[in-house]
Amino acid sequence: MAELSYLEAIREGLRQEMERDSRIIIYGEDVGVRGGVFRVTEGLQKQFGEDRVIDSPLAEAAIIGTAIGAAVNGLRPIPEIQFADFIFPAINQIVQEAARIRYRSNGAFHVPLVIRAPFGGGVHGALYHSQSVEAFFAHVPGLKVVVPGTPYDAKGLLAAAVQDEDPVLYFEHKAAYRSLKGEVPEERYLIPIGQADLKREGQHVSIITYGLMVSYALKAAEELEKEGISVEVLDLRSVRPLDVEAILETSKKTGKVLIVHEDNLTGGIGGEVSALISEHALFYLDAPIVRLAAPDVPAMPYSAPLEHAFMVTPEKIRDKARELAKF
Amino acid sequence: MATEVVSMPQLGESVTEGTIGQWLKNVGDAVEKYESLLEVQTDKVNAEVPAPVSGKVTKILVDPGQTVPIGTPICEIEVEGAGGESAEAPQTPSEEAPTVEAQSAPAPAAAAAAPQEGRGRYSPAVRRLAEEHGIDPARVNGTGAGGRVTRNDILQAANHKDAAPSPAPAKTTVQPAQTAGFAVESAPAVIEDGDTLEPLAPVRKVIAERMVRSKQTVPHAWLMVEVDVTGLVALRERLKNDFKAREGVSLTYVPFMMRAIVEALRAVPEMNSQWNGDSIVMKKRINVGMAAATDRGLIVPVVKDADQKNIVGLAKASQDLVQRSRAGRLTMDDLSGGTFTLDNTGAVGTVLTYPVINAPEVGIVTMESIVKRPVVVGNTIGIRDMVNVCLSFDHRVVDGAEAGKFLQVIKKHLEGIGPDTSIY
Repeated sequence: MAELSYLEAIREGLRQEMERDSRIIIYGEDVGVRGGVFRVTEGLQKQFGEDRVIDSPLAEAAIIGTAIGAAVNGLRPIPEIQFADFIFPAINQIVQEAARIRYRSNGAFHVPLVIRAPFGGGVHGALYHSQSVEAFFAHVPGLKVVVPGTPYDAKGLLAAAVQDEDPVLYFEHKAAYRSLKGEVPEERYLIPIGQADLKREGQHVSIITYGLMVSYALKAAEELEKEGISVEVLDLRSVRPLDVEAILETSKKTGKVLIVHEDNLTGGIGGEVSALISEHALFYLDAPIVRLAAPDVPAMPYSAPLEHAFMVTPEKIRDKARELAKF
Repeated sequence: MATEVVSMPQLGESVTEGTIGQWLKNVGDAVEKYESLLEVQTDKVNAEVPAPVSGKVTKILVDPGQTVPIGTPICEIEVEGAGGESAEAPQTPSEEAPTVEAQSAPAPAAAAAAPQEGRGRYSPAVRRLAEEHGIDPARVNGTGAGGRVTRNDILQAANHKDAAPSPAPAKTTVQPAQTAGFAVESAPAVIEDGDTLEPLAPVRKVIAERMVRSKQTVPHAWLMVEVDVTGLVALRERLKNDFKAREGVSLTYVPFMMRAIVEALRAVPEMNSQWNGDSIVMKKRINVGMAAATDRGLIVPVVKDADQKNIVGLAKASQDLVQRSRAGRLTMDDLSGGTFTLDNTGAVGTVLTYPVINAPEVGIVTMESIVKRPVVVGNTIGIRDMVNVCLSFDHRVVDGAEAGKFLQVIKKHLEGIGPDTSIY
């Protein structure tokens, strides 16, 4: 098995899907000639031609709107939004149209669409290149939202998203692109959407998280192990639908839950996970459910110290988990 | 000298207030820790409340007969000796119940000076596990932040408890209902469109809790005998009109059955006892409870000293209890002190019942419907009035041999009644 970076795993996944299914087209700003601003789609236009890897105008509503039309008419588009921060011009198309066409047409039409977008901060991207936007979409029935946290999951979730007959938002963390590496099988495999993954088993505290924070949580868990605190890490992988069973299982096991996300606190995925636990596992809880998230300030600051203060870090996770273990 | 304020304890899950029955200590009396301080009456239980500390009663704040909410200060005790700081928080009787003592749990140094503020505030997991293992969390050393009792502390205490010999329970005051937790781990109800939810009446909660506790803690065993009551039926037919005219109450089969139970309890005194952990309490008095259906639910008023009453006395006593229970005018005294229970299930038309024991009593018998049946008598077949008598008993206390003997005495007594037997 080859060791790939998170970015390479996504690129190999895209290549494999396009080789397998000629209906797939890639579509977005600078994805063709330049191979994307992060080089995720590098080489794909050369391999598959200008008709399948298309440089689009700088117009997100049009990218998603035309992709919906293409999907309804039989193609399998994988449009890219260059930064998740730029997805908002397209939100009307995603929420009002893509999410609802199957329902509105009583099943006559559906939208097999995968929207890829790099998200997240900690890379000096400041206001317009650092946001986490998953909670906006996780709120919407009719959408699926996945956020891989490892190269292996990145490739498997991409294949599952492409295979899905309905719209899937696929958020990839830009800080993970080159920092995370891991074994990735060459053959195609699917990671079912809505299935969480227990990345580490533990006894005292459960950390429930997703995306880049999975690797941070694992780092924190390693450090805490030296202190005799045994931490379990559940990677949600999909934030809609949530793997309720896995969430409840780990909560019941340890009785102490720390939910971590980089997105800001209020109205985030953590609130939903927390509600599920208190509804269904109250009598197993030995401590209040704790959330660790970015502060409720308008956006990621540019200043390095402020950015560091804004970001959830392995150290912050470690300290919070320790506090919870000692509660 | 420090002053300890004693509050109205919580004597049951659904209970929100309590009535002072009587003070067993007066102002100026010395009292030992755990010594009974007063009697409290609630919805369904009478309980003696033990003193939380040793000392001298300095103030009584609530008079007998007054009803106050749980937690209301009811008296003050001046703690003897110095060291007022270390006076323990007031504890309810349930907290006095013996459980794993602190010394049997590993004692982390940090927990030694556990502050009082966290007392009584436990996480849902701690409450659930403590109930499941029968542990009083107040008696467990907390190792969490600020001395909090954690889930792990309870699990460790449970391990120690299983390993250690079970301690003898406290003197038999009424055990508060809150220890059993009837809702825990019940199968979840399925609620569909159109279904409605009826809130639980307090009496329903008490019944549910007691039934669950009885079925979960008492190993029920069951026996039945058939009894030929042709003679009894004839006797009642002959007497009932005169009886009603003379005594003012109807002559039913209940007093006869009660009489038979008294005979059987005398013959098999083990049936008139209570399980007490490492001993069996042999009850001196014979007080027979009668299960009675009311609008509010099942209640069990008690005919006190049933062994000192004849048929007329039993008829009047039972009738009086039934009437007052339907009118909701029973006193706490009427509902407590039972040592055995009779359930007249025949009144609802059954011929066979598996009754639930009214713990801590050892047995409960039913009298089923009296029905005419063809029966072999000698070498002929006759039409006889037959009744089934069913017995559930606590198999920890008695075995089938004693239980069988008990039923045989009942059978013999009832079959010995003829049309001419005197009831006076």
